[in-house]
Amino acid sequence: MRSFKDAEHLLRLAAVFVVGLIAFLVLRAFLVPRSFGQYGHYRGNAIGETAARPVSYAGHQVCEGCHTEVLDVKSKGVHKAVACESCHGPLAKHADDPASVQPVKLDTARLCVRCHEENLAKPKNFPQVASKDHSGGAACDSCHQPHSPAMEAGGSQ
Amino acid sequence: MQIPVEGFMYPNEVELQWSVLIVLYPFLTGLVAGAFILASLERVFQVEAVKPTYRLALLTALAFLIVAPMPLQLHLGHPERSYEMYLTPHASSAMAMFGFVYLWYLLAVLVLEIWLDYRRDIVVMSRSTAGWRQWVYRALTLGSSNISERSLHIDERAGWLITVIGIPSAFLLHGYVGFIFGSVKANPWWSSPLMPVVFLFSAMVSGIAIVMLLYMLMCRLRHETIDMRCVDTVAKYLFYTFIIDFSLEMLDLIHRIYEADESFRSLDFMVHTKLYFSHIVVQIVLGTVVPIGLLALTQVVKLTEMQRKRTYVVAGCLTLIGIFAMRWNVVIGGQLFSKSFLGYTTYKMGFGAREGLLIAIILTILPFAILWVLVRLLPPWPERQSVAISAASGD
Amino acid sequence: MNITRRQLLILLPAAALAWESILAGTPEASPNYNLTDHWWGMLMDVTKCIGCGSCVRACQLENEVPDGYFRTWVERYHVSDWEMEYPKVDAPDGGKSGFPPAQEEGGKNFFVPKLCNHCADSPCTQVCPVGATFVGPDGVVLVDQKYCLGCRYCVQACPYGCRFINPATETANKCTLCYHRITKGLTTACCEVCPTGTRQLADLKNPNDPIHAFLKTHSVQVLKPQMATRSKCFYYGLDGSVR
Repeated sequence: MRSFKDAEHLLRLAAVFVVGLIAFLVLRAFLVPRSFGQYGHYRGNAIGETAARPVSYAGHQVCEGCHTEVLDVKSKGVHKAVACESCHGPLAKHADDPASVQPVKLDTARLCVRCHEENLAKPKNFPQVASKDHSGGAACDSCHQPHSPAMEAGGSQ
Repeated sequence: MQIPVEGFMYPNEVELQWSVLIVLYPFLTGLVAGAFILASLERVFQVEAVKPTYRLALLTALAFLIVAPMPLQLHLGHPERSYEMYLTPHASSAMAMFGFVYLWYLLAVLVLEIWLDYRRDIVVMSRSTAGWRQWVYRALTLGSSNISERSLHIDERAGWLITVIGIPSAFLLHGYVGFIFGSVKANPWWSSPLMPVVFLFSAMVSGIAIVMLLYMLMCRLRHETIDMRCVDTVAKYLFYTFIIDFSLEMLDLIHRIYEADESFRSLDFMVHTKLYFSHIVVQIVLGTVVPIGLLALTQVVKLTEMQRKRTYVVAGCLTLIGIFAMRWNVVIGGQLFSKSFLGYTTYKMGFGAREGLLIAIILTILPFAILWVLVRLLPPWPERQSVAISAASGD
Repeated sequence: MNITRRQLLILLPAAALAWESILAGTPEASPNYNLTDHWWGMLMDVTKCIGCGSCVRACQLENEVPDGYFRTWVERYHVSDWEMEYPKVDAPDGGKSGFPPAQEEGGKNFFVPKLCNHCADSPCTQVCPVGATFVGPDGVVLVDQKYCLGCRYCVQACPYGCRFINPATETANKCTLCYHRITKGLTTACCEVCPTGTRQLADLKNPNDPIHAFLKTHSVQVLKPQMATRSKCFYYGLDGSVR
């Protein structure tokens, strides 16, 4: 036992390490989130938390559920594939409570050029104009009806 | 704060992600690894000439290792969540290794080796000092006051074993940092199998240089004669390591220029413009070529002691600046160019911000303050030891 | 302040229960959605993109994306002739307010919308040190906002530049493929507002999804195929000069 006496300090040190390791393992078992590892190396509940966010854009099917008269006009024109909120902005709040949340009236002078202003990088067959030369300053909806913009359909004014 | 961009960058790339603190971190751990390797030269490879620097090297490594996690904590968006690296380390991430490698190296290598080497003095000082100092030493003895020859022999054998384990551990401590960069395939400035090796050798260069400088400085402060045999040997190892480090960096450079892959023109332009001062002037010329030249001079020409000392000091300081510049060029340089290879951004380093210059300066000075405390607590010098021991044994 | 042993006996279990509820998090919010039934991706028909920026604006509104950071953006390319390796590219404010008139005549000009590619072999999830970002069972790459440390390693590892750190939360952030919408049967905000049908959400596990027919009849590309990320964002009509 002589050698033990001379190595006693190493045994004390080893004991300190072992105690530390056990403390770490206990703490770890306590602190790791419960859903961790459920689907992979991540917190499973994070999926549900990400999915639970509120929606801002209602989606055009929701708009079309109420605004059938607009749908009738739009579905016959070249804007039939353009979603309502593409121009009107996010309106899920309006869809949830139509009376209290009113969509803002759009300014066609600023709105339409976002897509239709002439640009070399746009596809050649896409309808685009140089707005300053095109209408002599008149707003787009004086000649074009936004829901069905072909000239034959007439303007909204 | 508008960041000036030249050419095109992906919109989210304009702002740099990793700041000067992430430059500082590999610099600090590099010093740790390098100082430890120097210490192991004596302990394992029996290079007896460098023995005067042994304990100083270990204390230097400890001082820098204590500060090393601080730049990382200050950089994190949520430092209070950093414990998650211990709870759920992601095995595929090199960064996840950090917590465990750091803890292993700190406790199972460095602290253990220092404790085993100093244990005799700790026991002696636990008897000879008074007040709060005595309590510190008593705690460090872990309650055992056995300093018989047999127990000290066991300590010596155990310490040898720890050092042997410590060498690959030191390689791991700093090599994984190189791997963190070297394994990012998205970034061609970083992605290279050479990266961990280059990091490691430049770490050894910086570690050897700083211990050499600290040894010379402390001898001056204590009005002791510098052991020139020791310093000459350390400088010789610095020279050899530097040759290897320089060769590796030149290999990387030549390979890049020759292969000239899709990233080459963009990176080449960056090195010649945005990184010209830090890369060409500071890292390569002042930080590598000049110190290697000076050290080579001391190896081939017979210089006087005073000339050698001055040369070593200049070479050592330039080396440290050069190795810091290398970390800067890797970390910051890797973020200045766009992954589209069509543009460049600018690094706006704040002064007083959480990741600014002031903090970087404080964190660079802090290890020296800690080293000062450690040197007072655990004197590395033989004279003080014998005074303390003779006082304790009542001479 | 003295805490008696009795007080501690009550206090500790109460604290443990409180901690449990924090750890438990919030449960699944979409009861009709089965994770394993879906494998999400996106189809981009670049030949149709008009660079209107509607997608960028809608994404910002739907997901509260801070100014100066982008979950999706649009780039405009100008390729003068045969030198495909040196296009001129711009993305003013990510294309959020559209694009100014092109400066150079001639050559080839086009728009390319970009977003997170939701890679099946994602390099960004590989490097996360704690498991805060992951590829979900339905193929969407998400960030756990409560677990992310903000170390920024994932931002460095993404070859496409689609990640950023949200200054409000100091955590990693990126396109979630509007996960909160697609799990409720809606499409993503960007696809909803795209006026030309450039962007289309694709469920690769749904046999009726039009993407399967499209992939059989069109040549498609992914961005940076050499990175081997198994990107699930498929581009039709992508020019070789696109970075």
